[in-house]
Amino acid sequence: MSKRIDVKDLNVYYSKFLAVEGVNINIDAKSVTAFIGPSGCGKSTFLRTLNRMHEVIPGARVEGEVLLDGDNLYGPGVDPVTVRAQIGMVFQRPNPFPTMSIRDNVLAGVKLNNHKISKGEADVLVERSLQGANLWNEVKDRLAKPGSGLSGGQQQRLCIARAIAVEPQVILMDEPCSALDPISTLAIEDLINELKDQYTVVIVTHNMQQAARVSDKTAFFNIAGTGKPGKLIEYGDTPTIFSNPAEKATEDYVSGRFG
Amino acid sequence: MTSTLTPVRKRSALTKGQLPKAAPYIVLAVALVLGAAILALIGFNAFGWGIVSAILFAAGLVGWSLVVEGSRKAKDKLATCLVVGSFLVALLPLFSVIWTVLVNGIPGLLDPGFLSTSMNGVTGAFDNKTVEEGAPLVGGIYHAFMGTLLITVLATIISVPVGLLTAIYLVEYGEDRPLARAITFFVDVMTGIPSIVAGLFAAAAFFAVVGPGTKTGAVAAVALSVLMIPVVVRSSEEMLKIVPNELREAAYALGVRKWRTILKVVLPTAISGIASGITLAIARVIGETAPILVTAGFATTINTNVFSGWMASLPTFIYTQILNPTSPSNPDPSSVRAWGAALVLIILVMLLNLGARLIARIFSPKTGR
Repeated sequence: MSKRIDVKDLNVYYSKFLAVEGVNINIDAKSVTAFIGPSGCGKSTFLRTLNRMHEVIPGARVEGEVLLDGDNLYGPGVDPVTVRAQIGMVFQRPNPFPTMSIRDNVLAGVKLNNHKISKGEADVLVERSLQGANLWNEVKDRLAKPGSGLSGGQQQRLCIARAIAVEPQVILMDEPCSALDPISTLAIEDLINELKDQYTVVIVTHNMQQAARVSDKTAFFNIAGTGKPGKLIEYGDTPTIFSNPAEKATEDYVSGRFG
Repeated sequence: MTSTLTPVRKRSALTKGQLPKAAPYIVLAVALVLGAAILALIGFNAFGWGIVSAILFAAGLVGWSLVVEGSRKAKDKLATCLVVGSFLVALLPLFSVIWTVLVNGIPGLLDPGFLSTSMNGVTGAFDNKTVEEGAPLVGGIYHAFMGTLLITVLATIISVPVGLLTAIYLVEYGEDRPLARAITFFVDVMTGIPSIVAGLFAAAAFFAVVGPGTKTGAVAAVALSVLMIPVVVRSSEEMLKIVPNELREAAYALGVRKWRTILKVVLPTAISGIASGITLAIARVIGETAPILVTAGFATTINTNVFSGWMASLPTFIYTQILNPTSPSNPDPSSVRAWGAALVLIILVMLLNLGARLIARIFSPKTGR
């Protein structure tokens, strides 16, 4: 149920502005990959190209290839909607649908696409997804209540449940813990550890300790200066990146000398 | 028992002088009495009494505060007086209108048959009898009420799809394209169209297409939708704009198509605002007189077919009853009917506004734990 991602010579543009340049990276299936780097270096932009979400912004486009188990996401005739159904995403700020109950939020991916689902199947899917997001015990008695009534950490886990309910191959997380307190962050990190048994997880984080705790591999992005494109500086096993990086810039960043 | 309590002081060192709590009331009473006295000298009237008292009250309270509390508090009091004063000035016409319409309209409304009969066959002779011999008032507004209802409903049916779809195009697909900017510009222009021009447009359009002299409820509905569409577009556009982009992205990330996202995520999130915007647009056109006069004409009989024949409506009913009383020698019964119709119209608009609030509450995103 998980696929690998290989990126070849990817350039990301916002209209004429080159935001990310020349990224080559191979992301293993069933692993957690963390993207770290200073603000504005293009980590989130790059992450959004992995499920063609960046196209939502007018003028954004890419050059290069992103291969999902060998299939190019940007090949001719590829429907971005199909891509997004396979590569789910969790955003920086929890964004449950305010008009829907907790249960309907989990089922959103199914219901919004008008797929018919029996009540029994729906119950199973809701329980499995919420279990998968470590939220079931907290909300099982109030599934009909609005999702916006939950705490920030619970809402974020609800969004994760919503993402895994459509059974994607890959889950992208864009700073999923930056709006959360330490306890909720811990809950999400535990969850990421469990998710990697089934899914390929890619996480953008500002928190280097978090990258060190949850990821198998780490990619360090950096930017030469304002207006210059972001670049992938170094990519390797997390322990290597944090203890013995090859690049000086990486060492400066992970040791807290800048950024 | 020895006490180590500090001696109770009259005043805290942290406060300056303070006016007593009843100060505004004292000043108000004095201002009212003084105002009455001054007005008595130059000839009393209630309006002047209110103005003079208000000025005296503001001056007295601010002056007293300046002496006792210092200039900062005095400025605060002055600002409060100005804000409350402006509020009262703004409310005065509203209450005056409601009061006048209530007082004049209730006799007509209480008249039996007022809501259930039309003006069919009611002639000046009946009204003369009512005035001279005390016979009961005959005739009513049923035809006009039905006309207003049907014309407005038809106008709503025309404008809501057009307006809502335009707003969806502008917000979801426009992306600042030339077409979107042109539409925004022309919607703004349409907002400023005088209602009589909208009426003439609809009349002329139907004259050209259907034939000269076409005056039906449908023509009036078209005229009203010309007035309604820009309002619906504007309010729906604002409501769609405030739907957070994060919700759209959340839906896209689940592999939901754009049109489904709009239909099932964006619209439900904004529906309460859209619904109340539509209701307010209806309230805006329900009282239009001029465009209906030139498009639907005027009728004294019940006509529930919007596609044929002249049609009455509440505003045109009021207009004709006042301007051309049924009995020119005894216009009083006509004016009672006109005030009654005005009251019904105001009640309709108020119900629509209440309905808008109710809709907004029913559809608004649920909160709660």
